[in-house]
Amino acid sequence: MTTTTASATTSAGRRGAGPLRTRSRRAHSVERPRRSMVLTVATGIVLIYSLVPLVWLVINSSKTQASLFGSFGLWFSGDFALWDNIVQTLTYDGGIFVRWLANTLLYVVAGAGGATALAIIGGYGLAKFTFPGKRAVFAIVIGAVAVPGTALAVPTFLMFSQMGLTNTPWAVIIPSLISPFGLYLMWTFAAEAIPTELLEAARMDGASEVRTFAQISLPLLAPGIVTVLLFTMVATWNNYFLPLIMLRDPDWYPLTLGLNAWNAQAATAGGEAIFNLVITGSLLTILPLIAAFLLLQRFWQSGLAAGGVKE
Amino acid sequence: MAPIVPAQGLMAPARRSNPRSWQGWGFVGPFMAVFALVFLAPIVYSLYISVFRQQLVGGTSFVGLENYQRALSDPLFWSALVRVSLFLLVQVPIMLGLALLVALAIDSGRLYGKSFFRISIFLPYAVPAVVAALMWGFMYGTRFGLVGNLNDALGTTLPDPLSPGLILASIGNIVTWEFVGYNMLIFYSALRVIPTSLYEAAEIDGAGQFRIIRAIKIPAIRGALVIAAIFSIIGSFQLFNEPSILQSLAPNAITTSFTPNLYAYSLSFSGQQYNYSATVAIIMGLITMVIAYVVQLRGMRKEA
Repeated sequence: MTTTTASATTSAGRRGAGPLRTRSRRAHSVERPRRSMVLTVATGIVLIYSLVPLVWLVINSSKTQASLFGSFGLWFSGDFALWDNIVQTLTYDGGIFVRWLANTLLYVVAGAGGATALAIIGGYGLAKFTFPGKRAVFAIVIGAVAVPGTALAVPTFLMFSQMGLTNTPWAVIIPSLISPFGLYLMWTFAAEAIPTELLEAARMDGASEVRTFAQISLPLLAPGIVTVLLFTMVATWNNYFLPLIMLRDPDWYPLTLGLNAWNAQAATAGGEAIFNLVITGSLLTILPLIAAFLLLQRFWQSGLAAGGVKE
Repeated sequence: MAPIVPAQGLMAPARRSNPRSWQGWGFVGPFMAVFALVFLAPIVYSLYISVFRQQLVGGTSFVGLENYQRALSDPLFWSALVRVSLFLLVQVPIMLGLALLVALAIDSGRLYGKSFFRISIFLPYAVPAVVAALMWGFMYGTRFGLVGNLNDALGTTLPDPLSPGLILASIGNIVTWEFVGYNMLIFYSALRVIPTSLYEAAEIDGAGQFRIIRAIKIPAIRGALVIAAIFSIIGSFQLFNEPSILQSLAPNAITTSFTPNLYAYSLSFSGQQYNYSATVAIIMGLITMVIAYVVQLRGMRKEA
């Protein structure tokens, strides 16, 4: 089980910080090896692979429907139509894209926010309390993670339709509230980040469990919370399968479902091909998440490193 | 018991906790209540409906394991299962291998601008599967895609990535693109916590970089490798979004039973065969659990 022993030795051995660092007389030590152009170029191939589709998306969202078909994909061509495309995307079909955006925000705030809240208190409870049935909780949650999410979708749909929840936002929000991965991450994070002695001291002073949690534990959990929030946000923002089966009414669609509907429109008889809007809409859909990941880099990367995924 | 998670770390917190009481349920209760509603209830419910059959005439009747027998002799189900297994055997090793190479390269400290590499290669993870599939679908296209561009420029006729023979590889490429960075980050985080002193000792002993990688780095992150492999196996067996979205671009190549999940979906929502659909879903869930469990056992045993 090398997987978890790492956590115990981390503080002593974290690179560059430990007392073990030896004075090497060579210019390039283990910690500061010589940079390699060959390796950089080789890894650069994967970098290009990762970025080319995004570059393609940005370039092609600046093209009109006509020049999409008549120009080289990886360079600008024709009129620079990005602003036109954005305006068109936002106003097409009575501004349905804006409605989809608002729906997505609703699902993300309620779904990812709720999932994070449940994961925080659940993970904290599992890390810092012993209670009857704890082992059973662990076994059930972990066992259920291995069940393919999509295997649950059909029965969930049938259940929800009997409860009259399908085709309402609830059908998307309620299943999003559970993130077993988030629970696991908060669990391991809380176990390491909150010293039990601190909790005991607070209890000795007569603080209630709720108050101890809110005033002492919550601040210590911050990096873990940001990490879980980001990953549940991605999961809800990008969700496709769940809304696909739950929602019939385009007015409740999230962006992902809406974009797919626009794309499929070209294939239907008499449907207007609006590929420029699909492409511009895709760009608008991914920008908020990419911005969030870039801006919050410091938080989620430390959350991942200190939390759970390192194992 | 548990696939996915190494057990040892989970027992550690328990030892430090305060004495037994019901207080913990106050915190864990809300999660478990919603969990029961959206995870346990559907599992129980699908087990229940999988032993019934609904007919236009005669209503719903109990049929025992008949649906299961039907699935196991259903050629559509089998061909879908073989397809995702093939996908699993080819795509997952390529993706994880690539992710490992990049993680090792970034961890080696020999790259110029390594944080730029790290964040850029991770970025596709933030792109929804829908957008990824649409983007790649357009690029694959011969109309205004890059493949079409190349054909025009070089006067060649490249094979159409959306044709029946190549569609699985094209989907594999999309999935690889989406998740290489995510897996790279998992491996990289695991590599970061290996004590540097181990490398120094190995260098003093005259070990080269490749030997350090083989003898120290890979064994140290075996847990992360196993977890990534299990997640990827689950993902492959669940394959749905990418083929479902590409369907409108490649209607001839992607049938309604292209993957087991797509099959279960079309059984329910185009065929109204809810009972049989639930059966297919349960069988896939069982297969996934068994394989994930075996991978975990094997992966963990080797390191002993």
